[in-house]
Amino acid sequence: MPSAFDEMTVAPGVCRPGYEGVQKWLADTPREVLELRRAEAELLFRRTGITFAVYGEADAEERIIPFDIIPRILTKTEWDKLALGLSQRVRAINAFLADLYGKAEIMKAGIIPADLIHRNPYFRPEMVGLRVPHDIRVMIAGIDIVRTDDEHFYVLEDNVRTPSGVSYMLENREVMMRLMPDLFAESRVAPVENYADDLLATLKSVAPPSAPNDPTIALLTPGPFNSAYYEHSFLADRLGIELVEGRDLLVNDDAVYMRTTRGPQRIDVLYRRIDDDFLDPLTFRPDSALGVPGLIAAARAGKITLANAVGTGIADDKAVYTYIPDVIRFYLGEEPILKNVPTWRCREPDALTYVLEHIQDLVVKEVSGSGGYGMLIGPAASSATRAEFAEKLKARPDDFIAQPTLALSTVPTFVDSGIAPRHVDLRPFVLSGADKVRVVPGGLTRVALRAGSLVVNSSQGGGTKDTWVVNG
Amino acid sequence: MLSRTADNLFWFARYVERADNIARILEAANRLSAMPITYSGATNEWESAVAATGTLPAFRAVNAEANSESVLNFLAFSPTNPSSIKSCIETARFNARAVRTALTAVMWESINGAWLDLRRVDGKNMKRSALDDFLSRVKEASLRLDGAAYRTMLRSEAYYFFVLGVMLERADNTARILDVKYHLLLPEGAEVGGGLDYFQWTSILRTVSAQTAYHWVYRQSVKPWLVADLLVLKQEMPRSLAACYDAIRETLDLLGHEYGRQGPAQRMARTMRTRLANANIGDVFQSGLHEFLTEFLVENARLGEAIAAQYLS
Repeated sequence: MPSAFDEMTVAPGVCRPGYEGVQKWLADTPREVLELRRAEAELLFRRTGITFAVYGEADAEERIIPFDIIPRILTKTEWDKLALGLSQRVRAINAFLADLYGKAEIMKAGIIPADLIHRNPYFRPEMVGLRVPHDIRVMIAGIDIVRTDDEHFYVLEDNVRTPSGVSYMLENREVMMRLMPDLFAESRVAPVENYADDLLATLKSVAPPSAPNDPTIALLTPGPFNSAYYEHSFLADRLGIELVEGRDLLVNDDAVYMRTTRGPQRIDVLYRRIDDDFLDPLTFRPDSALGVPGLIAAARAGKITLANAVGTGIADDKAVYTYIPDVIRFYLGEEPILKNVPTWRCREPDALTYVLEHIQDLVVKEVSGSGGYGMLIGPAASSATRAEFAEKLKARPDDFIAQPTLALSTVPTFVDSGIAPRHVDLRPFVLSGADKVRVVPGGLTRVALRAGSLVVNSSQGGGTKDTWVVNG
Repeated sequence: MLSRTADNLFWFARYVERADNIARILEAANRLSAMPITYSGATNEWESAVAATGTLPAFRAVNAEANSESVLNFLAFSPTNPSSIKSCIETARFNARAVRTALTAVMWESINGAWLDLRRVDGKNMKRSALDDFLSRVKEASLRLDGAAYRTMLRSEAYYFFVLGVMLERADNTARILDVKYHLLLPEGAEVGGGLDYFQWTSILRTVSAQTAYHWVYRQSVKPWLVADLLVLKQEMPRSLAACYDAIRETLDLLGHEYGRQGPAQRMARTMRTRLANANIGDVFQSGLHEFLTEFLVENARLGEAIAAQYLS
């Protein structure tokens, strides 16, 4: 593994721009105080009940994500370029989705193979020809970004179904401001707390044209057993909207209502945090108890806006991901500002051969997997595991892509052995409304707490950091 | 407010109140069981404790004998008894968690704290002192929650549904405690109000923390009909059926006012409150305390159903 780019330290005692305050703070603060701050942070998280669940772990219903008290910093110059690229990417994805569920010109132009779309489980034929209000399907996107050096940011993954994590971005900031007011005062960090207002404005802007001026918005959650339930209730609270479950809703004459103590109340925009499959037992999985019978018919009738729309998963599929730079060129006529990580599509025979020959150097991902599951990190895996994975690849090449193991950047992190560099990624959140695209400066930085590990997912031992955008 | 939110608040309050009542019943049973048999009577105090919670059939289905061990386990710790203290606190917290945003931060911290605290308690082979400690912590948890709600909640629909839950459950429990003691405690053939059952009646007062109140109100030794008067009809007594129904009626009226609409629940509450206000304890005993309480429990449950139909579904 090549040595990684550290975002703070250039040489011992010399830091990159933006980190001056943090470097001084770290140098001046004894380890005991750092430990105290960390304990205080954990207490704050526990008290507010910020928890998540790890699937497949019994009795792990409520854990908190480890939080690292050393912030990750981006300069405004770096951020501005990133924000432009993010906004460009999400605009292109919305145009792409409108086309895929409309005239399908990109396939006619031969840019993307039609079978890649049509045979993909995330493509929803039911949605073809369906107009959605304002032609926006992805209102909320979380784009995973990694960095390899001073210059280069890569998009690792687009999350345009029901991306999560924004509550940690907001809570991390709250906790940091309480713990280190002095550091904040001198660092001039761009605020993120307007995210809730931005999200509300975005959701209001996409209400059906027939909705009243002040549309009613609700957040649909699978319920308290869901791993992201805390985030759902947190967001509903911050937005001042109702947090509803499927059983709270009913559809009458293609309009959607929630059952309230005052009787049924009409809903215009539903920020849904339930996967497509479970949304409506009449259209998708008939065994879903989480959804609302008739919801899709209501969306078809244009009487409710679903955010995000149904069928957006086709755009963040890992196989489709490889085409996004072409998608940007095709719809916007612009060069992509943010690069993709170079990716081999195993469905292409030459690529498959290359991947099989170099599996020890590559990260192989199942196209439908997420959360770090179903993936092989070549250099870290045993030869037996690699051989096993190679068999899977040969059997189902369409289901896999491969990428080089990038030397992900590191940020100093307070771990048991002291302050040490750990690999990070970044998930900024991009909001697309009928009026404009909004990106709050920052995002969720995830950090792999184990030395050398590249897996940042909270389900696999990752933690989070507050992300600062500062002048410079 | 979502009907489900109101429903969760209502049951959140009910389950905490229920846990509190079970703790009180167990305390009284524990105390009576420590008395010589001539004072405590021939009946089984542990069985009557179960009966007072209305779970005797469920208890008998899994236990051959009612003794301190089986009853404590069933009423305090059993995960399979949905009305055990442990289950009540679990369920209460689950309901609270589902409506986190409708609660104030102190309320959430108080129920979450109680839950974390009680989860650590191991019910097996509990010593008497540990049991006392456990039961007082349960009572403290409900006090803390009541106080948190009273002091921090906006006086609006969320608070009203919380209060309705507390009061409906409290009325139910008071009626049961009184009824079961009256019937089960008294040995066959013994005279009501005789010397023997003095301790039984005192234990009822103790169960509902009303010993001092009794002496302030009546200024005489403990008499069965006065205990009943205190717990059924005295509006000044915060656990009495009359006091509960004052609060229920008032709260339902506030809700009706907030929503601009009255319904069956308001009418039923008003009728029951008037009946309690006009009753006198002599008449109640004349036609039978047991009959009176049985009818009350049915009506109380019916009001719960009416509230559910009107607001919670």
